[in-house]
Amino acid sequence: MATTEPSAQSGVESGPESGAGPETRQGIGVSPGTAYGPVVQVAPPVRPPADEPPVDDQEAALGDVKAAFEAVAVSLEERATRVEDTAQQILKATALIARDKGLVKAAAKQLEAGKGRAGAIAGAIEQYAAQFEALGGYFAERVADLRDVGSRAVAAVLGVPAPGVPHFTDPSVVVAEDLAPAETATLDRALVVGIITEAGGRTSHTAILAAQMGIPAVVQLAGATTLEPGTHVALDGDTGEVTIEPDLELVEQQRARAARRTEALGRLSGAGATSDGLAVALLANIGGVDDAVAAGALDLEGVGLFRTEFVYLSATKAPTVEEQTQIYRDVFAPFEGRRVVVRTLDAGADKPLKFADLGPEENPALGRRGLRLSAERPDLLDAQLEALAIAARETGADVRVMAPMVATAEEAAWFARRVRENGLPKAGVMIEVPGAALRARDVLGEVDFGSLGTNDLAQYTMAADRMQGALSDLLDPWQPAVLDVVGIACEGARTVERPIGVCGESAGDPLLALVLVGLGVTSLSMAPSKVPVVRLALSLHTEAECQRLAQIARESRTAVDAMGAVREAASSELTDLL
Amino acid sequence: MATRTVTIASSVGLHARPAALFVEAASNTGLDVEIAKPGEDPVDATSILGVMALGAKYGEEVVLTAEGDGADEALDSLVALLSRDLDAE
Repeated sequence: MATTEPSAQSGVESGPESGAGPETRQGIGVSPGTAYGPVVQVAPPVRPPADEPPVDDQEAALGDVKAAFEAVAVSLEERATRVEDTAQQILKATALIARDKGLVKAAAKQLEAGKGRAGAIAGAIEQYAAQFEALGGYFAERVADLRDVGSRAVAAVLGVPAPGVPHFTDPSVVVAEDLAPAETATLDRALVVGIITEAGGRTSHTAILAAQMGIPAVVQLAGATTLEPGTHVALDGDTGEVTIEPDLELVEQQRARAARRTEALGRLSGAGATSDGLAVALLANIGGVDDAVAAGALDLEGVGLFRTEFVYLSATKAPTVEEQTQIYRDVFAPFEGRRVVVRTLDAGADKPLKFADLGPEENPALGRRGLRLSAERPDLLDAQLEALAIAARETGADVRVMAPMVATAEEAAWFARRVRENGLPKAGVMIEVPGAALRARDVLGEVDFGSLGTNDLAQYTMAADRMQGALSDLLDPWQPAVLDVVGIACEGARTVERPIGVCGESAGDPLLALVLVGLGVTSLSMAPSKVPVVRLALSLHTEAECQRLAQIARESRTAVDAMGAVREAASSELTDLL
Repeated sequence: MATRTVTIASSVGLHARPAALFVEAASNTGLDVEIAKPGEDPVDATSILGVMALGAKYGEEVVLTAEGDGADEALDSLVALLSRDLDAE
């Protein structure tokens, strides 16, 4: 249901305290701060009895089902009156789900098919849950809300107590498979010192509400629901670390470390640079207008990767120049006087466009995608470049355009010419094909800049499909082979005096960022929330120290060794905070 | 039967808060209102689950239809609602 976090730490025991002693597990920190307390397990959802018989009187049964949904809606609305703004909206929206006519209709069909009352409710809910999970992303994360409604309605129709948080009186860490909004919203923040869930994601309700309520939270912690109630745990909502039965000294250390981190990150601001003054631009990765507005308000130097797919993917016909101009204007406006690096359309057989489908392919990752699609449909590229040029002129943002999936110098030259013909001043290419990295001198010689897409570069260097979760160790950006390819690309860029950035997940890992700078990378583009810690990492090292870290990483035999050795050699002032 | 086509102005698309506000407004008309993506099957505009599962994103067009007295006025008010960025309000 939720996506797995691409982790720079795969295969590595986390935390400086690993080894003997209390067990530390790694989740994803979604609400900052540390917490320590006994575990309270949230009562699991109520499920229909396995042997529930079919009903005799379908009409009466449907009446009971309706009444159960209505009771859930009423109780949610009643709770909505007792909480604050965001929580109130979520509870009201959940009440709307409970009143949905579609659910009652689906439950009626289930009754006809021979289900009992509770089974009909659960069946109707699962029908919608399957639809939402298939839609993915935001919708998949709403499935928790939907199942919460179902579980409450099942409890109501069976006449048993509603699922949820049990009554407790000591300050505790609340642990659940996934907290439903109704549960999160009504938590007593005087009693709930922390939240841990086994499922969930960065944008799940748990994450949003916990951050708003100021309760430290970790999601996607494996085995969370099997923790014995009463077990003491310590959690760090920044790093995602959870320690089971820690000694009190560790708890105090963790608390002090989190406080030091907050203090250290708050001390710095402005442009990124090493301690001896080598400038490294700190930039954001964005994928739409709302991302742009959010990132534009932050202390960062611009956008290093604006993915434009959203403009196309849901459209049934090619978006016009006017439609695109409007969107790009909204994206660029928050960045007047700052740079915005735009990646042109990156679609292919795995991200097909309704209006430019070149047909199915055996190997979409190696097929007609990115610039290769633009070569088949230059009309699409020209319309995009024209719209980008107009929006750039109107907003005063420093717009630079780059093409994805470039493999050769000819392709780079072809793209650069089209960019300039459309009146845009700066053209670049993504370096994500190993061939282009090896020949960066020739490829970048044709354009103004390069940007390393480390996720795809790792996929192609290690011949490991990014969609294959089981291959995540091969895709570790610390793989020495990947670092070698990055290093070679940087040498090529240096030869022709072109700037080269990184816009993959690896740019947001503070230790790996130092290695990348040591290899010759001149800008780092990442999730905006990672910028402060990367700024701090840079400020604690000289250019020569970064180069030494890069050398240490490349001399390592394995990804795990590389990360361990760099961690060991980096400034303890930094590693002490991680 | 009254019909309108409108482009979704909410930056998050027609889900979350914008979907809830739209469904509430559609229910308040007291009419049978349907919503569809162009060329696709319509769904009941008073069903939050149906509207969310439509998956209408920012900048996409949707077609609204309604029948009965006051259908034109009702659709005009729903069009006005969808033309605003509801998530920003």
